[in-house]
Amino acid sequence: MPAAASTPHAAPAGPMISVIGLFKSFGAKQVLNGVDLAVGRGESLVLVGGSGAGKSVFIKHLIGLIQPDEGHVVVDGVDLTLAPPETVLALRKRFGMSFQEGALFDSKTVFDNIAFPILRHRTRDRRQVAARVRECLELVRMPGIEDKMPSELSGGMRRRVGFARAIALEPEILLFDEPTTGLDPINTAAIGNVINQLRTELGVTAVTITHDMSLARKIADRIAMLRRGRILSIDTPEQFQRSDNWFVRAFLDGEVPEEDRP
Amino acid sequence: MKADRPPAGPLAWLDHLGRGVIAALDELGRFFYIMSSSVLWSFRRPFDGAELMRQMVRVGWDSIPVVFLTCLFTGMVLALQTYRGFERFHAEGFVGSVVALSLTRELAPVLTGLMVAGRVGSAMAAELGTMRVTEQIDALYAMATEPIHYLVVPRVNASILMLPVLTVIGDAVGIIGGWLIAVGLFDANSYLYVDRTFQFLEVNDVTSGLIKAAFFGLILSVTGCAKGFYTAGGAEGVGRATTSAVVTACLYILLSDFFLTKVLF
Repeated sequence: MPAAASTPHAAPAGPMISVIGLFKSFGAKQVLNGVDLAVGRGESLVLVGGSGAGKSVFIKHLIGLIQPDEGHVVVDGVDLTLAPPETVLALRKRFGMSFQEGALFDSKTVFDNIAFPILRHRTRDRRQVAARVRECLELVRMPGIEDKMPSELSGGMRRRVGFARAIALEPEILLFDEPTTGLDPINTAAIGNVINQLRTELGVTAVTITHDMSLARKIADRIAMLRRGRILSIDTPEQFQRSDNWFVRAFLDGEVPEEDRP
Repeated sequence: MKADRPPAGPLAWLDHLGRGVIAALDELGRFFYIMSSSVLWSFRRPFDGAELMRQMVRVGWDSIPVVFLTCLFTGMVLALQTYRGFERFHAEGFVGSVVALSLTRELAPVLTGLMVAGRVGSAMAAELGTMRVTEQIDALYAMATEPIHYLVVPRVNASILMLPVLTVIGDAVGIIGGWLIAVGLFDANSYLYVDRTFQFLEVNDVTSGLIKAAFFGLILSVTGCAKGFYTAGGAEGVGRATTSAVVTACLYILLSDFFLTKVLF
């Protein structure tokens, strides 16, 4: 676990992901306004912020789903913004990403969903594929649901099947986009446990975006606060909890911040 | 923000015109991007034969009933109209030739293209549009899979392959429909009718129709996929994409039909 970042924006030694001066706008709306961030190897970084702070746009930059207007995303020494498409495609195999609502293929069974990346990139051997699918489902504590369709699953179950699909290729980096939004507290706690378990068993680097503070406290090594397209602070969960930054306090206490405060 | 505010006053029409031109060029750019990249990705591994087969069944096999009925009744009405018309100058004997030539050269490929655009092009737009708004297309990228390769290539190739097959069926069914009316309703001589049908029909009439059909398959699938692929704005956006896919594909088919006919005949 990296030491607490006393100076925000400081990069831990040998970062897995470095984000340098990221700017992105859609039309006239400036979403990212110069984000600098580094995620260490094996670290779990949680990015929190209000709705519309640019969290989802940010996480999509990490895997090259969105190209920045300005700035760089460097993953394990490879600059995603400059690399040729083949390199980006190859690099994506080292990522696993779980999407807000799971983004499961709704015309395919749970088995076919999880088998998809394996069949595409690993092996077509039926027995090996079935074994790996079973393994992934056990890792997210959902064994024996291979034949179900995504529409038969609850929101929490869909997220976990999404996790299972994300880890199918044994990625080095896991990205979670709002993994608990819309879930009840029990399911939220279960998702947190699953994420922690995946981290300890697979030893991956994880970046999670959420506005759920209970989840952030549970899974984070460091918590970064995103506001108006910039990183406002990066702290350990303990420091974050004691932060005297007025916006962080407002966020933690669930108060409406006065936008015109300094 | 300033740029987004439409200017008032006498020059407002210029602003409208400019926006219209940009939107049209945008649309055309997307169409050609999807078309060219689907051609390029067609030759790259892995080749997904199972998905191609699935799409061929959806585009081809499942469209047979609608193409069958459309072409049957078109052949029948053609015979009905030409018989009534040709009677006036005693040329009833040429009804078979007219029906066969009109169907193979023009009506079977165009009507098949339009019907399949309505049935399959719209479904492609709806399916890809839903996948876009529920992040399934992003998920494909995230799994190091190019969505054009996995989603668009099999749909486009299946349409290019199946439209000519459907057109052959349409040709045959339409000619039979014409014969049914001529022989059944107007007591034409069956032997003479069949003889006249094939007397003036050349191989080129059929093949040029099939080339057109393949081209219409390309147009309707690329339009459907492009509309779906670039969907934005949730469920409403999917609805818009679906409608627009059908209208645009039909328009492109009818426009390109003229130029193809000019080139091919």
